[in-house]
Formats: sequence, structure tokens, C-alpha cells
Amino acid sequence: MPIHEQSLIRPEDLRTHDQLVVDGVDVSGHWSTFIHSRVVSDYNEELQEQIASLPGGEHIHRCWQCGSCTNACTVNAINPDFNPRFWIYLVRMGLESELLRDKEIIWQCVSCNKCTYVCPRDVFPEGVMKALSHWLELKGHTRKSPAMVFDEVFTEQVIQRGRIEEGRLIRRFFARTGQALGQDWLVEMARRLLRHLPLGLLTRMGLASLRAPRTRGWSGARDALNEYVQEQSAAHRRALGLSELIETARQDASGASGG
Amino acid sequence: MPENKADRYRRVAYYPGCALEGTGHAYNRSTRQLGKALGLDLVEVPDWNCCGAMEAKNVDPKVQTYLSARVLSLTANRMGMDVVMAPCNGCYHNLKKAEHDLANDPGSAEVVARLARKAGDPAYQPGEVETVHALEWLKAAIGEEELRRRVRGGLKGLKVANYYGCMYTRPRHIFPEKDSGPASESTAKPHFMDDLLAAAGAENVEFALKTACCGGAHTLSDSDVSTHLVLNILQAAEAAGAEVIATECPTCHSGLELHQVRAEKRLGVRTGVKIIYFTQLLGLALGLSPRKVGLHENVSDARELLAARGVT
Repeated sequence: MPIHEQSLIRPEDLRTHDQLVVDGVDVSGHWSTFIHSRVVSDYNEELQEQIASLPGGEHIHRCWQCGSCTNACTVNAINPDFNPRFWIYLVRMGLESELLRDKEIIWQCVSCNKCTYVCPRDVFPEGVMKALSHWLELKGHTRKSPAMVFDEVFTEQVIQRGRIEEGRLIRRFFARTGQALGQDWLVEMARRLLRHLPLGLLTRMGLASLRAPRTRGWSGARDALNEYVQEQSAAHRRALGLSELIETARQDASGASGG
Repeated sequence: MPENKADRYRRVAYYPGCALEGTGHAYNRSTRQLGKALGLDLVEVPDWNCCGAMEAKNVDPKVQTYLSARVLSLTANRMGMDVVMAPCNGCYHNLKKAEHDLANDPGSAEVVARLARKAGDPAYQPGEVETVHALEWLKAAIGEEELRRRVRGGLKGLKVANYYGCMYTRPRHIFPEKDSGPASESTAKPHFMDDLLAAAGAENVEFALKTACCGGAHTLSDSDVSTHLVLNILQAAEAAGAEVIATECPTCHSGLELHQVRAEKRLGVRTGVKIIYFTQLLGLALGLSPRKVGLHENVSDARELLAARGVT
């Protein structure tokens, strides 16, 4: 399968002229297309370093742009704009504003690991996609994606109790993303499931949902994990220079109120 | 430690994982029944915890490594066993990944040791426990010949597409034993499930999407993409002539079931292929009752088909 690459010529940069003569040749109209020239000056020289400081992004510098990741990508086959090779290129070049054009779809990586399987340079593109999504959220370019909300609800429950109870997980996820639980397809799924289930199993599942299973002797692990996650989250903010920003804003605010 | 895998796998630690206590209950039930019918001992890991699935790593990868390492530590230290069997692709993948990271990444090893110390668990040393999938377990402990001998009635020409999903084979580096010679599992074209089901009489169809992704990680958070991916798999299986898709992962299994329904509801596309755990199919082939293997717990109702084919 060929690599589905996107055109770097964007519709808004195309120029046509009703009347234009170049070196005595009439080039008016649509038969020939000109491209608006532009100069990129807003490089973010720290972009690669920032992505590399987040989990999953550590090996982005190894990429030599072969495009195997995009070629193998599950999501790219559905949406050609989903292009890991291109995003890695943009990050390495520091082209932040270009990257931000795709900010609403980067989180859609399904973690199938086909990219990581084929990558000849061990870039771990799947991890890079996660680092990019984190970066977009931490920097405030995007809201928390539904996938990240799900990951957080899930991880909170594991850290809290040691185990997952799916009914509770789904209810919490739908509540936190403001969706109704009564989606037609979920209702239909439940209806088909309930058609054949014996009463004993239903009771057991209902009880599990109410009690929510937990791992015995888990409290030590819970405290250790909570502490670690908080420590890491602070470290990520520091790496992206966000703690300083917050501190400056706080000082400005107190300075303004003091004056 | 006995050298022979078939002997080593006759009694293993069993890590069912969270999904097998919920939506994947039929997989749990059929796996245990299969073990019993074949005289294999499954000893559940005491006080096991979630491996972190596909989610914890996105909050922090080392949280997942710790969670999975704790299960390995329980197997080694609390049970004194050296093989743990996980039927769920997610659990299997994460335990293998933890094993790899602890052996090769000093950063992960340091964090996991620190968390284990704070939590008060004994530390896990890589190499103490071998993690195997239910497919590897059955393939080595029983094997095709033995299975052929024991099969009663069998699956008699039932047309099956074998679906392995992502986490059983990718990424390659966490599965050093795969792609290592003729008898080993292949990461590009896995065949252990094909082998076992063929031995039980099934007719495996040529199926190109064995290791395609079902979108399981985003099954609820990006449902349109998941429905699209699942529909591809279902339609490819039907086009290949399959009546049944055999699964070996609870997330894949419930993803296929859920989005088969969702495709009907949202896109108006109906597919008739049935989705059944491979352990259910093997159990039926060995003469276990449909109820014993939890056939009634599947959303995708295959009872009529299997009765018509003389399997049940």
C-alpha cells in the first residue's frame, strides 16, 4: 500500500489571477496555479525537547522520516490527515503552528502498535502520539480528549481499589464527558445480553457493580501510586515551563492587588 | 524446573484479570472448564490487581509497569510458581512488557523497586516468571495431536476466521520467543489458534485481518472510529466465507460484539458472522455443554448456528 501523504499546498495558499502576464505570457485564470509564498519565522526551538520530556516521546530524535509508521497506521487508513511521520517531522523542525492545525485529531491514535512494530529506528511512534496529546492538553491548546478522560477515570479506579469494575467505569466515564448512558446501541447491547443470562449471573454482576471489587492489602500500593503520579505530573509541568508561568501569573496577580 | 514445556504448563498460576470477571466472564468460565476437562491445573493468583490495561500507561507508563510487576511478584513470591497464564491479550501484553522493561530499562526498574518498597510488596526480579497466553498454554500443554485424540464430534467443517488483535503480537520486542523458528508463534501471521481449532475439526478460512485493530482502546471514547474498524473486520471475515470469528481476547471480543450492534443501529449495516471465544469452541469440541462454556453469555447468539452444524 502506498503511503497516503497529504499535500503541503493548502487551498488557502493557492492563487489565481483574472489578468496576469509574466514575461509576455498570459497566465490568467485557472489553467496554471500559483502558490502564495510565505516565510516561516515562528519556530519553537524547544518543541522537540518538550515532547521528549513527556512519557513516550523520549526517542523522537531517532526518526529519519522513512514513513513506515504512516504506511502501517490504522487511523491513517480511515483519515489521511492522521499522519504520524508528518507530525514527527513538524516537531523536529519546531513548526508548532503547523502542528496545531491537526490538534483535534492527534488523540485519536488507537495504540495498535503497528507503527512501533515496523519502525526501523525504534522511535516508538505510538508513544510519541501520546506525548503529543499530553503536550497539547498541558499547553492548553486542546481540551482534555474523551480518550484521556477515559484513561484518567480508569487509572483513578485502579489506583483507588486495585481492580476495575466495568459497570462503574462506564457510568463514571459517561458522567464526566456529559453523555447520556441511554445510547441506543448500548441499550440494544444490554437487551441482547439480558435475553439469555441466567438469574444467578445477573445477580452476581449486579452485586459486583454495587460493591465494586477491590484487591486485598492494596492500601500501601494505593498511597505509593498516588504519590508517584502527583510527582510525575509536577515534573511534566516543570519540563514544559508551565510551573514558572503559573508562578509568574500568581506574582503578577498579588503585585496588582498589593498595588 | 522441568525442561519440558508440556510438563511445566500442566500446573500454572492463573491471572484472569478484571475483564474476565465482567464482560469477559464467558472466556473465564470456558478457560477454567477447558483446563478441568484436559486435566490441567489453574491456580488463581491471590489478591491480584489490574495490570493497567490500555489506560494506565497514558497517565504514566511506569504505573502500568508497577501494576504488572506486582502480579509477577505475587506469582513468584507468594505462590512460588514460575509460569503465569493470562487469557486476556491486554494482561498478557502488559506482563510481557513489564518483564522486558524491568530487564532492559534501568529507569523502569528503579521506579518499580521504589514503588514496591513503599507499598510493602516483595520486589520482582525479571526472569523469575514466564508469562504465557492461553493459546501458548494449550498449544504446549496439550498440543494438536492430543487434542485430535480427545475431540468428540468436533467442529466438523465449521468455517472459522481466527482473530488475534493487536496485543498478542505487537510490538515484537516484548515477545522474544516469537518468530524464533518453525514451532514458534509468528508475529506477522499468528497461527496458534488456527492450529488448535483445526485440530478440533474447524475449517479455518484465509483471513487477512487476523491482527487488524478493533479500536478497543477507544471503544467508548471514539466510537465512530471503532465501529468503522470492527465493521472492516466483520465484513472481511464474511467475505472470506467465515460463519464464526474465533477470539482470544475479552476486549476484542466485546468490541466486536458491541460494534456489530452499533453498526446495525447507527449505520444500518447488518453482519451475521458470530463471535465466539476459541476456548468456547474447543470446549464444545471436547463435548462440554454449551452452558458449561458460557455460550448463553455471548451477545452474539451462535446457538442456532452451532446446533445446525451439529457442534452442540
